Amino acid sequence: MKVHEYQAKRVLAEAGVPVPRGEMARSADEARKAAERLGGKAVVKAQVHAGGRGKAGGIRVASSPEEAGRAAEEMLGSRLVTFQTGPEGAPVSAALVEEPLEIARELYLAIVMDGAARGPVVIASQAGGMEIEEVAERTPGKIMRIPIDPGLGLQPYQGRKLAYGLGFEGAQARPAAAMMGRLYSVFRENDCSLVEINPLAVTSDGRILAADAKLDFEDDALFRHPALREMHDPAQDDPLEAQASEFGISYVKLDGDVGCMVNGAGLAMATMDVIGQAGGGPANFLDVGGGADEDKVARALSIILSDPSVKSVLVNIFGGILRCDVVAKGMLQAVGENPQTDRPMVVRMLGTNAEEGRGILSASGLNVALVDDLAEAAQAVSRYSRASGIPSGPGAAR
Amino acid sequence: MSILAGADTRLLVQGITGREGSFHAGRCREYGTNLVAGVTPGKGGGLFEESIPIYNTVEEAVVETGANMSLIFVPPPFAADAIVESVDAGIPTIACITEGIPVSDTVAVVHYTRDKDVTVIGPNCPGLISPGHRCKAGIMPGSIHMPGRVGVVSRSGTLTYEAVGQLTALDIGQSTCVGIGGDPVSGTSFIDVLAMFEDDPDTDAVALIGEIGGTREQEAAEFIESDFTKPVAALIVGRSAPPGRRMGHAGAIITGRSARASEKIAALERAGAAIAPSPAHIGATVQSILA
Repeated sequence: MKVHEYQAKRVLAEAGVPVPRGEMARSADEARKAAERLGGKAVVKAQVHAGGRGKAGGIRVASSPEEAGRAAEEMLGSRLVTFQTGPEGAPVSAALVEEPLEIARELYLAIVMDGAARGPVVIASQAGGMEIEEVAERTPGKIMRIPIDPGLGLQPYQGRKLAYGLGFEGAQARPAAAMMGRLYSVFRENDCSLVEINPLAVTSDGRILAADAKLDFEDDALFRHPALREMHDPAQDDPLEAQASEFGISYVKLDGDVGCMVNGAGLAMATMDVIGQAGGGPANFLDVGGGADEDKVARALSIILSDPSVKSVLVNIFGGILRCDVVAKGMLQAVGENPQTDRPMVVRMLGTNAEEGRGILSASGLNVALVDDLAEAAQAVSRYSRASGIPSGPGAAR
Repeated sequence: MSILAGADTRLLVQGITGREGSFHAGRCREYGTNLVAGVTPGKGGGLFEESIPIYNTVEEAVVETGANMSLIFVPPPFAADAIVESVDAGIPTIACITEGIPVSDTVAVVHYTRDKDVTVIGPNCPGLISPGHRCKAGIMPGSIHMPGRVGVVSRSGTLTYEAVGQLTALDIGQSTCVGIGGDPVSGTSFIDVLAMFEDDPDTDAVALIGEIGGTREQEAAEFIESDFTKPVAALIVGRSAPPGRRMGHAGAIITGRSARASEKIAALERAGAAIAPSPAHIGATVQSILA
């Protein structure tokens, strides 16, 4: 679960990690008053779940409270388009109004759960303010990676090593090292999958501050952190993705026009890949899940059919726990609920009760092509996709 | 022979009275697995399918029945505890099917078992099957498998069935199929399973099925290059996935260059693995390495 910068900074501040002074504002008036309390000058930052805000006009420097108010007015209620949001952008319903910083150095600091290390790893670099992937490619030697023993936690010497490695000296080294320990506590106590401070700023007057902060909380651990769950801002989610997650369906909206409904995440990715290789583009990732019933299948297909960019649909089911006849019945239910959507469907069913499933679809008079081979299925659906616009009536099932 | 699951497997199911636990315990038994016990705290003294004894604790079940493999269907908040209970009862092979265990719980369990003589498969995996011994400890449909000499190791569930289905259709049987799980951290790595296949005289070749996210395929590639002598066919899915978006599996998210499909494919290719050009061709790719 992603949260906004202002929420992340609140969590950090409560843990004793220094952050810039600032307030969250939901109106121009609130932004103006916040800037007043900060002494007049302020930075106004649009709160969206995406990076690249600076270049997109989502971070504005204001030299007076009035200017801060105007900047907030323009941001709030608009949609911010960054390289991470896609062309539709993300809605801005809050702004963070902060003290302007005179930054002397920008550093990078992150804690991630690392599969290879089978535990948490701290990543640090003196090259802050840019994407860490970029630093990793240009100057891999400049990145420190320190694995943390999950039993012991971050040791004080590791904090010192990070502080010295980031170039902190003299009186600055001790608070910097202490901050590492606090950041690790935030990571551990909240079941984070990511804590990223980029940049960690050193101001010209010697303060060390989390100038930007990103916290991702692990979805699977939210059951033991009810307070964190409250931070969720559903407006930042794609509406179809939000609807899917309500029904326990794993769905990700993509750019193409071939809708796909699959059981299993690996098979769903494989299905997307074969569509791509056949010259089509997947409109979504969708894993209907192992324990799905007719209703859940119907919801899944309805979500795909309610996406206006979908021109054809590929259903790829390898029945195991999930029975193909259940899938077929769920599909009929979805089509019944969406009678206006007559888009061609290609269906591949294997495994448990595949015969029954295919029989139900064949007898239904739906516009469905039944295909056994995976590559053939992808070719068929991509052909439909490119040929979309040509009327294709019911009764195409064979 | 085979790896991990074989003729001497005595299976215990933790969570045997739950909906999924009871269903799959039944399917495993139907397939031919020697199911000896079930464990559900508070349901001790009962019987599963009128013949398999249910115990309150794993320890008791091991003492009474000699169970030597555990299959876990316990809900996510309690699954880590269930794994540790089996470890402490001395069970050498544990497969955890449960999806949605907090990663920090898995990390703690993996850390605990690091220096112990135990294999934890999963979590969030389909389990394992050795068709030649009619031994299935998992949720895969048994009927698609056939006995043979190709080992299968995969991060996925249904995609593994797809691969096995293609193999069986080509009359290529399997020695053992192991799903290591779709989470970012798991008990058993590709390398662990490859090392077992290397030592198994009844496995001639391996199909490795990976996906975007993490660097486990690259680690496997290094091992294949340095320590693995049998031919490998590999399929990596997620070529069409955009960066930064989680594709269902918690582990399937591109967070950097190394997590991309192209990087994994390149590493495996350098290590000498035959790469399946598409998910529709993993069977044919395995066929091509079985000269």
